[in-house]
Amino acid sequence: MTKIFLALMLVLTSVHMAPNAAMAQNGPLRIEITDGVIEPLPFAVPDFVAESNGAGQIAQDIARVVAADLSGTGLFREIPEEAFISTITNFASPVQFADWKAINAQALVSGAVSVDSSGNIAVKFRVYDVFAGQELGNGLRFRGTRDGWRRMAHKVADAVYSRITGESGYFDSRVVYVSETGPKNDRKKRLAIMDYDGANLKFLTDSNNIVLAPRFSPSGDRVLYTSYETGFPRVFVLDIGSVTRRVLEAQSGDMSFAPRFSPDGQSVVFSVTDGGNSDIYRMDIATGTRTRLTSAPSIETAPSFSPDGSKIVFESDRSGTQQLYVMNANGGEASRISFGQGRYGTPVWSPRGDLIAFTKQNKGRFHIGVMRTDGSEERLLTASFLDEGPTWSPNGRVIMFTRETQGANGSASLYSVDVSGRNLKPVRTQGGGSDPSWSPLQQ
Amino acid sequence: MKSILGKSALLVAFVALSACTNPNGLGGGFGGGAGAGANGFEPGSVSDPTSPAYFQQAIGDRVLFEVDQSTLTNAGRATLTAQADWLITNADYMAIIEGHADEQGTREYNLALGARRANAVKEFLLSQGIPSSRLRTVTFGKERPIEICSNEACYSQNRRAVTVISAGLTS
Repeated sequence: MTKIFLALMLVLTSVHMAPNAAMAQNGPLRIEITDGVIEPLPFAVPDFVAESNGAGQIAQDIARVVAADLSGTGLFREIPEEAFISTITNFASPVQFADWKAINAQALVSGAVSVDSSGNIAVKFRVYDVFAGQELGNGLRFRGTRDGWRRMAHKVADAVYSRITGESGYFDSRVVYVSETGPKNDRKKRLAIMDYDGANLKFLTDSNNIVLAPRFSPSGDRVLYTSYETGFPRVFVLDIGSVTRRVLEAQSGDMSFAPRFSPDGQSVVFSVTDGGNSDIYRMDIATGTRTRLTSAPSIETAPSFSPDGSKIVFESDRSGTQQLYVMNANGGEASRISFGQGRYGTPVWSPRGDLIAFTKQNKGRFHIGVMRTDGSEERLLTASFLDEGPTWSPNGRVIMFTRETQGANGSASLYSVDVSGRNLKPVRTQGGGSDPSWSPLQQ
Repeated sequence: MKSILGKSALLVAFVALSACTNPNGLGGGFGGGAGAGANGFEPGSVSDPTSPAYFQQAIGDRVLFEVDQSTLTNAGRATLTAQADWLITNADYMAIIEGHADEQGTREYNLALGARRANAVKEFLLSQGIPSSRLRTVTFGKERPIEICSNEACYSQNRRAVTVISAGLTS
């Protein structure tokens, strides 16, 4: 079924591209389709059917969130309700495929919502391959509390996305980031958490101390970050459920920053500065045992594990400029993987394991880019005055990062971009934001 | 008002006297421009050579760095030599050395760079005889710019290490 849809997408691409290309140039008809050029797949999500009293509003709201999730990927294009010839008023009735074909809806999502006497809701849905005239996979049903309706909508969208693309989705996920207010020379920073689409914002710290670069644990229940609560930069760990925090290491004296969890959540890697020299350490959380992984007079920082936990990519200026290196998770010899022009920092291993995202500085500009784990096939996805700090969506398809604008009124905000370089757009936040960390899919 | 003025004038005179008994006290730096009044100065103010305000403004609490560098410049060394003299004279004070970077750089790298700059200052002060127990370093990376434009005029002021005088270290 997935193959059918992908084939449809490609056919559609050529159909739509040809006239445009012909108009754009007077030479022979020639289409250059790169990885980054895909015509979005048209889909329709009529309002979900309310199957009990009082479910009408939430049935509409859920359909809107599903549609926004799919459209937001840049891979899908919603057909607006005004174009509908028929709509769906009964979840069990046969779909009038001809009506949906006529408006070129390649995919159709129908759904229904009911609210029970205790206020819990149940959502069910079906996905249709309109041109094949059949259902794509089987219908699914989710139950939950009314407060959790957005999560259920995201779960529906994840399932739809997954059935059509063959990849897992990323909508039922959260982002922890640094909320920023105030001018550059008096900026207030506090940790905030929100749904991936900006909804359900919650602050995790106050703005009395500088906080930097939060990082989710692999299970999404904890956050590592750097705080100046003691007057000096130290790594803290915060439990999201209880919103309680503690300094990661009891011993004082050092400055520590740039923490990340190992994929099993059992240990943390971070930078420690001693006598002006920053090196990478690994700490076992249960025992508190600290192991030094690098010992060079240069700056070693921004470590990130491979998803299998066997390797660590990090940045170092041991060659004279900031470059990316890979070493075994227990330290030892490191091999340099970045060789292009400019400086490379903040490497982050993709959850798929195949790519490393990074920040690149070259000729006064900043870029977010990706390369293979051996450093080959470098591709820059963005360019601006200041882009930095990439984080991967749980399925490795999208990268979120910080973009800061220049000048006295410069401010930071969150952006996302598809790994293909398409679909660059701001992420909705309340006020400024920086240092996003994308959670895994929620359980 | 008059009696208050009289008291503070007395106090000023006393402090000035005690300062004069200190052989290392004022050096050459005191005479020019620091004293506001004809015969004295306000304790704790910039005109009081034993005050952190004097250290900050008359001696100069900061040194600047070249792009991506933590090497002290000649001007920086001159400032730090004067800082060291002051710290030797005013032995009750501690100092926290803050290292800062401009915004051209990633957050983590700039934290490490700020630590390098703070440490370069600390090493120089140690070499001048300040005990390490009186010095502590902290990096702020690019988190605390003092100038906010996005060009070299501002960046050059933000690439700095600032020696902050404090009564004592608690942590």
